[in-house]
Amino acid sequence: MPKATLMKSIVSLVIFAITAGLVAIGLATPGHGGGTLGITSGSALPGLKPAAATPEQALGYLLTDVRRQDWRGAHSQLANASEVDEVQFTKELAGSGGNLRSLSNLQRWELNPLHETNDDAQIRATLHWATAVGQIDEVRDVRVVHGEGTWKVVWPPPHFPNVPEQIIPVNYLRWDLVTSEAGADEDWGGRNVDAPRVRIISMNAVDYQGGSVVMGEVVNEDTVPAFVNVNAVLIGDQDHAIDEESSFDKIAHVLLPKQVSPYRIDFPHVALQQVKNVHMDVKATLVPASADPVIGVMDQKRETDALGRSVLHGTLLNESGQVVNMPHVIASFYDNNGRVIWVSDGYVDHALYPQTPEPFAVQIPRMVADKVENYHVVVNEYSITRQ
Amino acid sequence: MWSSMNTASPGSSTFRTLLLLLGLVACLTQASPAQGEGPRPPAVVVAGTDFSVSTPGSGKATFYLVGPSHSSKQQIDLGQGIYIKGDEVLSAGRYLVVLCAQTCQSAAFYVTPAGPASLTFLAHPSRVPVRQDNAISGVVFPLDKFRNLVLAPVTINFKLTADRGDSSSRLVRTKDGVAWLRVRSGNVTGTVQLVASTGDVSVRRVVRQVASDPCNLRIKVERTAKGIVVETEPVRDCSGNTVPDGTIVTFTKIDGAGKSTVDAPIKQGIARAQMSAARQAVISVASGVVMGNPIRLSE
Repeated sequence: MPKATLMKSIVSLVIFAITAGLVAIGLATPGHGGGTLGITSGSALPGLKPAAATPEQALGYLLTDVRRQDWRGAHSQLANASEVDEVQFTKELAGSGGNLRSLSNLQRWELNPLHETNDDAQIRATLHWATAVGQIDEVRDVRVVHGEGTWKVVWPPPHFPNVPEQIIPVNYLRWDLVTSEAGADEDWGGRNVDAPRVRIISMNAVDYQGGSVVMGEVVNEDTVPAFVNVNAVLIGDQDHAIDEESSFDKIAHVLLPKQVSPYRIDFPHVALQQVKNVHMDVKATLVPASADPVIGVMDQKRETDALGRSVLHGTLLNESGQVVNMPHVIASFYDNNGRVIWVSDGYVDHALYPQTPEPFAVQIPRMVADKVENYHVVVNEYSITRQ
Repeated sequence: MWSSMNTASPGSSTFRTLLLLLGLVACLTQASPAQGEGPRPPAVVVAGTDFSVSTPGSGKATFYLVGPSHSSKQQIDLGQGIYIKGDEVLSAGRYLVVLCAQTCQSAAFYVTPAGPASLTFLAHPSRVPVRQDNAISGVVFPLDKFRNLVLAPVTINFKLTADRGDSSSRLVRTKDGVAWLRVRSGNVTGTVQLVASTGDVSVRRVVRQVASDPCNLRIKVERTAKGIVVETEPVRDCSGNTVPDGTIVTFTKIDGAGKSTVDAPIKQGIARAQMSAARQAVISVASGVVMGNPIRLSE
C-alpha cells in the first residue's frame, strides 16, 4: 500500500473515531442550561435520558419534556408516577376545556434551589408560559427526591373539580339591538336610539418604570348595556400630542347598567414629567349583551407571596351554569382618600366550572402596596361556546 | 357655437353645465331690461307642476332655465309659450329664465314647495328617566314629496301614547319650516309612542321611560346547605318604579376570610347572590351610588 493511501486511511479513521466519541458524549451528557434557565436542557434524543445528577437537572428534564409537550415522557420522570394519573397530569399541564392553558406553551423557566439534602430538595420554579393573551408566569415550589441513583420530581397529584351532575336554573336576561335596514329612503331621524351614557368617574396618572400609566374607573350610568373603551392622549409642551393609547384588555368592555369597571392605559415609553395634560375620551356603543354568567369574587385578601411580592388573592366562583373558559381578573386599588392608585389584571389559566371555586392572584406593585386601603375586583369572562 | 362646444366633450355633463353657465353669464352681461320684452314666467310655481313661459316676438331663440339644482337649454320659436315640465322644477327656490336671440333677456320666478308629503321627526332622548321636566323633545320638519322644506305654516299634531294607554296630544304650527315641543316624562316606566302627524302623513318614534336610580335598597339573607343566599327586596326607584332588569347590584361580605363581592344583575326585580357561610360577617349592598342596609351575621 502506498504511503499516501495509508495516511489517508489513518486520517479518516481518526476523524471517524473522534466524531463517534463526540456523539457518544453528546448522547450521554445532558445540557447544562436547566440549572438556571430552561432553554437548552434535556437529552439530545428522546428516550435517551441520562440519570439526573442534581435536583435542578431532574426538574430541567421534566420541564423540557413539558415544553416539548411530551406528556408521557414527563410523567415517566416523576418519583411518584404511580400516584399521579397520567391523564390528569397531562390535563393539568396541557390544559383542557378551552381554558387558557390549552392555548399556552412553556417557553422557559428559572430554577432557584430553596434547600437541599442528600436525598431531598426543594426548588422554586418560575415557569414562563407563552399564551394567547401574552406571557404568564407561574411560580411553583417543587420537591425533588433522590433514589435509585437519580433525582426525580415529586409531583402533587392534580385534583380537578368534579362538577356533580345538576340542573342550575338560569333566567337569561339579554338585550338585543334592533336596527332598521339602511337604504336610500331611510328616514332622517329614524335612528334615534342614543348611545349608552357612560362616565369616567376617576382618573389618575402615575410614573411607572420610566413610563406613564393612566388609570381609573368608568361607570355605565344608563339602563342598557354598553360596550366601552377608554382612550387617553398625552399632551406635552406646546399642546402637542405625545402619544395616544387605549385601555385594550385592561377594562371590562361590556358594562351592564350601573356597573363599574377599572381601566388602565400604559404608555411605557413616555415619562410622566414630559406630560403636561391628559385628554381622556370614553367611547360607548350599544351592544347586544347577556347578564350571565355571574362570577363572585370571594375571600379577597392582601398577602405577600412566596417571592415577597404583595398580592391580592381570592377565589372566583361561577354562580351560573355555564363554563367560563378564560376568566380575566381586573382589580382597582384605592388609597385612604378613595382615589384609584393602581389597576392590576391577570388571566386565570383554568376554566371556571359552575359552582366551583378557582383561585386567582394579582400583583400590587411595591410603590403602591403600602398605600392600598381598599380594592375592587371585576371579572371579565370569555366563553368559547358563547356567541 | 354652443353645439360645437357641446360636442367637444359630449360625455361630460359637468363640463356641459359649466359651459352653459358660462354662456349664460356672457348672455346676461348683454341682457338689459331696456332692450324690450323678455320671457314672462309665472311669478310663483309649485314644485313639480308643469307650467309655461310666454315669449314675445318672432323668430328663433335660445331658452335657458336655471334653478338651484337644474339647468336646461333649448331652441325655441319666439311668440309661443315654452312648456316646462314639472320635473324640471323639483327643487324649491329662485329660478331664472333667459331668452337669447340678438340679445339676451331674463326673468326670475320662484318655485315653492308642494304640500307636506313627509315629516322628518327628531325625538330625543331615546331613554329618559321618569318625572323629568322638559325631558322629551320632538322636532319636526315637514317636507314635500321632492324633499323641499315646507316653509308655509303647517299644523303638526304631536301625540304621546304611553304603554298603559294614557295619551295626550298637542297641535303645533310650524314656523319657518320647524315645529317642536318639549314635554315632561311620565310617571311610570315603559315605552312612549311619540307620533307626529299632519294630514295623512305621520311618523312614529319610540322613547323609553326608565326608572331612576334605586332607592331604599334592602336585602335579606337566607342560610342554605351551600352557604348563604343574599337577595334584595324588589328594587325600585324613589317613585316606586321597578329598576330595569340587568342593573348591577353589588353584594359585599366581609368576614374573617376577607372580602367577598358579587356583582349580580337584577332579574325580575330582584338581585340575588350566593356566598359562603361565615360565623360572623357583615353583608352590605350597593347599586351605583346608592347603598343599602348592611346586615350583621352572627351565630
